Amino acid sequence: MVDELLFFMEVLVGGLLAGTMYSLVALGFVLIFKASATFNFSQGAMVFFSVLAFVGFMQDFNIPFVLAFILAALLMVVVGLCTERFVLRPLMNASEDTVLMATIGLGYVLEGLAQAAWGVEVRRLDLGIGDFPVPWIADNLKLFISALDITAGVVAAIMIIGLFLLFKYTKIGLGLRAVADDAGAASSIGIPLKHIMLLVWSAAGVVALVAGCMWGARAGVQFALVDLALKALPVLIIGGFSSIPGAIIGGLIIGAVEKVLEVYIGPFFGGAIEGWAPYVLAIFFLLYRPEGLFGEKIIRRV
Amino acid sequence: MKPVFMTYTKKDLINLAICMILSVLVIPTFITTEYWYTSILIPWLCLALATIGQQIVMGYTGQLALGAAGFMAAGAFAMFNLILRVPDLGFVGSLIVSGLIAAAFGILFGLPSLKVRGIYLMVATLASQFFIIWMIDKFGWFKNYDSSGIITAQDIVILGKPFTTPLAMYFVCLAVTTVLTLLAMNMARGSTGRNWMAVRDMDIAAESMGVSLLRTKVQAFAISAFYCGVAGALFAFCYLKSLEPVAFDIKLSFKILFMCILGGLGTINGAFIGAAFILLFPVLLNAIGNNVFHGAIDATIISSIEQVIFGGLMIIFMIYEPLGMAKLWENIKQKWKTKIPLSTNLKSSLSKKT
Repeated sequence: MVDELLFFMEVLVGGLLAGTMYSLVALGFVLIFKASATFNFSQGAMVFFSVLAFVGFMQDFNIPFVLAFILAALLMVVVGLCTERFVLRPLMNASEDTVLMATIGLGYVLEGLAQAAWGVEVRRLDLGIGDFPVPWIADNLKLFISALDITAGVVAAIMIIGLFLLFKYTKIGLGLRAVADDAGAASSIGIPLKHIMLLVWSAAGVVALVAGCMWGARAGVQFALVDLALKALPVLIIGGFSSIPGAIIGGLIIGAVEKVLEVYIGPFFGGAIEGWAPYVLAIFFLLYRPEGLFGEKIIRRV
Repeated sequence: MKPVFMTYTKKDLINLAICMILSVLVIPTFITTEYWYTSILIPWLCLALATIGQQIVMGYTGQLALGAAGFMAAGAFAMFNLILRVPDLGFVGSLIVSGLIAAAFGILFGLPSLKVRGIYLMVATLASQFFIIWMIDKFGWFKNYDSSGIITAQDIVILGKPFTTPLAMYFVCLAVTTVLTLLAMNMARGSTGRNWMAVRDMDIAAESMGVSLLRTKVQAFAISAFYCGVAGALFAFCYLKSLEPVAFDIKLSFKILFMCILGGLGTINGAFIGAAFILLFPVLLNAIGNNVFHGAIDATIISSIEQVIFGGLMIIFMIYEPLGMAKLWENIKQKWKTKIPLSTNLKSSLSKKT
């Protein structure tokens, strides 16, 4: 009985920590949605693009770790700049669906560019953190939890606190919230819309890079990252599109539920139900609480 | 409401006659290489049919959906099992029933559209994509307990006659596509399509005018999935000649979405234009890579460049011509006729429409 409980705890904790990885991807979506009410479908591609560039800098040009990370972050700022100038500004007054479709196109461009520049092979990313159970926890608590999972959890926590403080207490954060509320009114009282957009897209790019590092260290840097990042969508639906805490809680729920279902119910159906379980969970949320746990209520005007 | 079927105008009949002469007489006489049938014409017809399905739900009813390949897989595997287990149905009967089975999935996964729209709906339809593929993959029954993972499709036999040559298969695809396209045009122009478009343009207003949202949306999803199902069955039996769930992954769904949007939302001919473009463009790029650069550029780089161009075109079309290539074609025709300057600024019309 104790063993079973321990096993359940292990599955649950493993799921929760894996969920923080989804949260990290979802965070990038939320940042952009919060500031511009734009749904950025290319976030998954940004994760892939940024981490592939990072690994590419390190392996092909032998640039040291820290410098490569800074270069990759700068690259994401450039991507943000180009996106603002060439995609978002011309589509300023277009409908939400049009912008969404344009970001699907943007995702294709980023994926294609990344593969053209750095090749299609799976690359290994070594962060110096092993993806194996931490001995201390294994000995004392009898739980087998990967060091990488814990790192991802800590990194996610730091980023969330940082972003939360940024949104809540700084002038930039106030500007971001104003733009999100009503872009037209915000720009008419002198908030520089251009700079805000650039800032948000760059921040989302850096968040993508961090998320990419975590995923890349686990699964290798490869195209499948884009599909993994799609799982951030159900996370967002559960947490709410405009809430940073929502992205975290949503990620934890998805991570935990998918692991528990996979371990306890999966074997009856031949396994691999974690491929679709998050989406079906999202559908149930949509039916009962379409705005998510923490999202703002969806109001549509006629 | 009773569906009203529109009569065809003289212009329609002329267009139809031209298309029929081209596809039945001209193409079989002048194109004799098998490559054209097996690699271009047959997949073009199948994917165009699937794109019409996507058009119905996205272009006409305005619901963002991203699960066309899932419904195609449902249709393809339903076809395989029907021919295997209920041979009495015959090819055409199986095709219709497999379309209906796909439609049942369409209704099931279309239900969330009653509550949500936009990106929310897109996520709900992703569930159908992943669920259907998983289901086929994990339950051996659907694949007749074949362990290799790739099943050979049965030969097409209609009224006792085998249709196995590329030309014969082309005619099978052509016949099905023609019938279903005419039907789609009719629906789009009749009261059914009017309801779809009313829901697309402003669902609340449509509801207050007596259009049942439940009925209209579920109907659109069902018909869309029917088209995708039939297209998937043809795709597997005439083009791939094998059945494997991997062939219907999310990439194919995105491809069909691109065909739909680049071709032109809310048009039937846009489905054919979009499908032709997405299919032919890679062929052209490869030809350039082989003949101009003599294979100096790696094939993977070419496919990456192709992706960049598709994505870039998507952005460019969204900015300058959100109604796609069909509208571009329309503009060119218009200019030819009236010699007035091209009007390209359609942004305002789209912000109302989608």
